[in-house]
Amino acid sequence: MDTAFLTGQLFNGFSVASLYILAALGLALSFGLMRVINMAHGEILMLGSYIAYLTMLVVPGPAGILVAMVMAFLGAGLFGAVLETGLVSKLTARPLDTLLATWGVSLIMQQGARDLFGATGVSVQAPAWLDGGITLGSLDLPMTRLFILLVAILVLLGMAAILRFTRIGLLVRAVNQDRPTAAAMGVNVRLVDCFVFSLGAGVAGLGGVVLALLGPVTPNVGQSYIVTAFLVVILGGLGSILGTTYAALMIGLFMALSQIVVDVSFAQVLTLVFVIIFLQFRPQGVIAVKSRALDGE
Amino acid sequence: MTPSLPLKPVFGALALILALAAPWLLSAYDLNLLARFLALALTAMGLVLLWGEGGVLSLGQGVFFGLGGYAIAMHLKLADLGATELPDFMVWSGVTALPWWWAIFRSPVVAVLAILLVAPAIAALFAWLIFRRRIGGVYFALITQALALAFATLLISQQGKTGGFNGLTDYRTLFGFNLNLPSTSTGLYFITLLLVVAAFFGLRWLLASRFGKLLRASRDGANRLRFLGYDPAPYKVIAFTVAALLTSISGALFTLHAGVISPALVGVVPSIEMVIWVAIGGRDSVAGALAGALLVNFAKDKVSTALPELWLYALGGLFIIAVTVLPKGLAGLFGPDHPFRPSRAGDMFARWRKDKAEQAAMKQASPDKEDAA
Repeated sequence: MDTAFLTGQLFNGFSVASLYILAALGLALSFGLMRVINMAHGEILMLGSYIAYLTMLVVPGPAGILVAMVMAFLGAGLFGAVLETGLVSKLTARPLDTLLATWGVSLIMQQGARDLFGATGVSVQAPAWLDGGITLGSLDLPMTRLFILLVAILVLLGMAAILRFTRIGLLVRAVNQDRPTAAAMGVNVRLVDCFVFSLGAGVAGLGGVVLALLGPVTPNVGQSYIVTAFLVVILGGLGSILGTTYAALMIGLFMALSQIVVDVSFAQVLTLVFVIIFLQFRPQGVIAVKSRALDGE
Repeated sequence: MTPSLPLKPVFGALALILALAAPWLLSAYDLNLLARFLALALTAMGLVLLWGEGGVLSLGQGVFFGLGGYAIAMHLKLADLGATELPDFMVWSGVTALPWWWAIFRSPVVAVLAILLVAPAIAALFAWLIFRRRIGGVYFALITQALALAFATLLISQQGKTGGFNGLTDYRTLFGFNLNLPSTSTGLYFITLLLVVAAFFGLRWLLASRFGKLLRASRDGANRLRFLGYDPAPYKVIAFTVAALLTSISGALFTLHAGVISPALVGVVPSIEMVIWVAIGGRDSVAGALAGALLVNFAKDKVSTALPELWLYALGGLFIIAVTVLPKGLAGLFGPDHPFRPSRAGDMFARWRKDKAEQAAMKQASPDKEDAA
């Protein structure tokens, strides 16, 4: 087989994986903490994309994309905090119901975007410094894809640093390990939940900005990534950054490499089969958090 | 505790009489709508077994709906054709020979067997792989959603074999009956009604049985059930399989009434819409799910014809309201009693034996007081 093509697909795999990391990280962290999945997470990506579009209208020029990232992070984070306080925190005892309620939110957001911006979608012009690419031998790496990779790496490092070195990170780890004990020690677990949910939404907002660089922003832009992001969360194990990263890389590379032999739709089916087979061997995901708690199912 | 009037059976009987009289009461258009929605109610009733009683939320019921729908649609597409002719969409896509797995659907027996067997077999395999590793809850819901996405994407991409995005439509005859005749639609309506009634009583029986008890136990305390020596997995696998069977039949009937099956009816969004019928109607009530499927779909029909943009807002709002305000659905408004309290069917026998024993004891104690009692 053509090695340039193979390395090209490998690079694509990493690039898709970095998108999955941005989409799945927030999901995985709040899933580890609260055992709930936010089905409107894809629409938070969409929100980030539209915030990027609006910001670039106001702030054109080379720095526009950076301003857009800040705005999207803050806007999506704020939205996440509202969603968590208003809806998710009321339903944490019933995870399956949270799925349904947040799916309702996602439907309303999609239709809202359709009414505000139209169904056809808008496009974000990438700044000049993201045009072109780097040529390595016979391999052509587009700058936008490299930028996405860089954003994902920075987000991962930032997230790890927050969890490792800050006070709130310490509290998050405490609640993650043992919620009742942390609460008994005086940790405000409700606030920690809200912080993590909001931070995850902010990261998804960043993901939305980089999505906007890749293609048109439509009301369904989040939907196309989110189902796979859910699989990443399942494969990654409960609320572990490392697990999510491994899982995103596995799924991204698997999809990209299987597209060498089959078409995109079959690659999707094969990915699902791969996840189910993987779970046969490691039902707790890549990184299993050891616990003595006898959890219900 | 003594109810003055058995209201629920009376209402049920009234509803059944109205349903039986519907062909003479409704216009042809409304009868067709009712028939479609009754077909969908089978899916909803399957979800009561799976989600309400089994605690297993599936966001991929569209897959089984589609398997049933496509099975009958493939037969209908072939039924009118000569031995060497190809279905219209295959000709347009440049397919020259009928694949073997299409050709076998020329036989009506194969089509009916496929409706009854394919979806349950796939469901059983899938559920066994997942549940034997004790994967449940949110994980299961998300995996089934990925299944629905993969299924719909696959259907769309295989244009030449599945009709792609447009699906399969334009049917003329079913088992020799002309589908355009009003008498055929009325007949199909009665078949649908019969199946709904059969599923209703079948499910009530199943849920009142020992199986139903263990299924509920696996929902409420899987670990306790394990400590008692039961493996919860087979109960969930059976619930998933039975639900898939009902959903497959539901898809086949819907395809007959609606005259079309397409990926837009089986993907992620329709699959999760199936759940909302049950959430609105009442997840642990078979009658509630039946009513929910009819109500939500009639509302969808009315709202989306009058104000198409509004329907998605309404649906989104319904999801939120259903779980926050009405966790037991509309059925929860009618009496707090659990519809499958252990008083029916299986336990009726136990009660009867207890009564007999008490009577015998009384007779022994004071034989002359028997008449007064």
